[in-house]
Amino acid sequence: MEKFTTLTSRAIPLAIENVDTDQIIPARFLKATDKIGFGDNVFRDWRYNKHGEPNANFSLNNSKYSGSILVAGDNFGCGSSREHAAWALVGFGFKVIVSSFFADIFKGNALNNGLLPVQVSETFLKTLLETIENKPETQIEVNLESQTISISNLNTSESFDIDPYKKTCMINGYDDIDYLLSKKEQIEAFEAEKTY
Amino acid sequence: MGKTLFDKVWDAHVVDSIQNGPQILYIDKHLIHEVTSPQAFNELEDRNIPVFRPDQIVATADHNTPTLNQDLPIKDELSRKQLEQLSKNCAKNGITLYELGHKYNGIVHVMAPELGITQPGMTMVCGDSHTSTHGAFGTIAFGIGTSQVAQVFASQCLLLTKPKSLRVTVNGSLKNGVLSKDVILYIISKLGTNSGTGYFCEYAGDVFENMSMEGRMTVCNMSIEMGARGGMIAPDQTTFDYVKDREFAPQGGAFDKKVAYWETLPSDDDAKFDKEYYFDAEDIEPMLTYGTNPGMGIKISETIPMDDNASFKKSLEYMNFEAGESLINKPINFVFIGSCTNSRIEDFRVAANFIKGKQKANNVTAWLVPGSKQVEAQIIKEGLKDIFENAGFELRQPGCSACLAMNDDKIPPGEYCVSTSNRNFEGRQGQGSRTILASPLVAAATAVAGKIVDVTKEIETLELA
Repeated sequence: MEKFTTLTSRAIPLAIENVDTDQIIPARFLKATDKIGFGDNVFRDWRYNKHGEPNANFSLNNSKYSGSILVAGDNFGCGSSREHAAWALVGFGFKVIVSSFFADIFKGNALNNGLLPVQVSETFLKTLLETIENKPETQIEVNLESQTISISNLNTSESFDIDPYKKTCMINGYDDIDYLLSKKEQIEAFEAEKTY
Repeated sequence: MGKTLFDKVWDAHVVDSIQNGPQILYIDKHLIHEVTSPQAFNELEDRNIPVFRPDQIVATADHNTPTLNQDLPIKDELSRKQLEQLSKNCAKNGITLYELGHKYNGIVHVMAPELGITQPGMTMVCGDSHTSTHGAFGTIAFGIGTSQVAQVFASQCLLLTKPKSLRVTVNGSLKNGVLSKDVILYIISKLGTNSGTGYFCEYAGDVFENMSMEGRMTVCNMSIEMGARGGMIAPDQTTFDYVKDREFAPQGGAFDKKVAYWETLPSDDDAKFDKEYYFDAEDIEPMLTYGTNPGMGIKISETIPMDDNASFKKSLEYMNFEAGESLINKPINFVFIGSCTNSRIEDFRVAANFIKGKQKANNVTAWLVPGSKQVEAQIIKEGLKDIFENAGFELRQPGCSACLAMNDDKIPPGEYCVSTSNRNFEGRQGQGSRTILASPLVAAATAVAGKIVDVTKEIETLELA
């Protein structure tokens, strides 16, 4: 897994609530047996109309926006557990997703792929979305070490929570398999003694 | 302080706790399918890690399978390759697989309970968010991502932070025509689509105590639609009777010993929950969704609410509905009865009971898709297939089908589908399709009328199971 410490980037707004993983990557693209190429189809049915032409109104297609931070409405990533959603966002080039609330399974999947979910207050999210829409060139800084997100030209920042174990994993590029394999003896002992 | 059902099962499975961090939770059963497992097998192979406990894994093919001509080679190349990959991975790692055509094949959340793989007090996972279904047995069961599938392959464990606890109590008697699906759609419509995020939910009260296992599975199945990773119902005599004598259930004295343990699992009277909600069964009616998430639901007698929120308006625009209007009399051309929510024998009995002696409306394409080969066999055995076919309905072969439309069972763009599945997201049943979630009874009534009707008026003279 790629390491993450800090990131300074422009951001792309997606001011829609309850974005579900079916929108992030529609089911018809889940037939692959590897993790490659999902980025091409991220938000497929919002990015393209039914004739396959890019939808100019959608923020990911709008040339005034760019960057590796996606700023989305409340309850991002709800629905299906498909990790393909995280692979698609990473494949497109996102490294951070900002929202006022994340669905549980998506959040775990993102963290397991080096994609940092940054949960902010509704007020901060509103300010952030307005700032990007009005001044798309605004730089956003995300610092995992200090657990802060800042809007450069406003001098505004907010701190965010992350599980300390997951933070260590992200900073060092560790994944859970390494840790679990180091506990194999204890797991075998548990199996031998379990009471249920 | 007393413990909740969830606490008891969770605590019995903790291998170790990391200071200021997650716990290592032992997983008893791991269910896998073709869509979310291949990348996990690749990961292990790339890192040269063996599958730790292959005999605690059971595989089935369901998401990407056709529901017609299952005996023929699959036409779609990518789908065929994905299924071949699953067969190869299972053979290589010594994992039991119920592949397409096997007498135990079916949707993972239908197949495992009916074989007695699902038992009270277990921890179960699957790379599918509707794994919450198995909580109906008093099991901690939840969906995981593919990275976690790889973790369970490697260690039979997961690193998790214990979720908070939530209890939803519904007391009273359900009105005629109100099914378990209506109960859960009602709860989600009241609490919202993210109210359960970070929680494990227990369902308690008369309504759930009086429900069949099939009904309880429908309820627990949709826990994820309010954000809860899982939902549970205390195991009781109904649970034990269902599990007893099933293929992989403990037998004889071993079963009795298990029952004695399972009887200790229900939440203690003085157990504390982090959040509690109470509802009155009499307030529930047959439900319909009108928007693009399962929380956007109304009683059949209600009209679509007004809301100025931009996402709400976007949702109504997608559905081509107006705030303030009723859904009754809306013409409907597609009806789907199936999915891990409502494809068990009881669901088809309810539908058949309504359909018997009637005819499907000409404008309606209706797909009935059993949850498993065993459900399909039971439908035939009970004579329900004849009832469906005489009424002009098509009984297809088992699989996830039009719930997520990975196979050819897609609803055309712009069309409405009254569906017994679990998600009404944009394009869920095919690009541009519009889903209205409902119970099998409402779905059957819609198929007969060719439009949405107030089913409570239709069934006054009907005896319902």
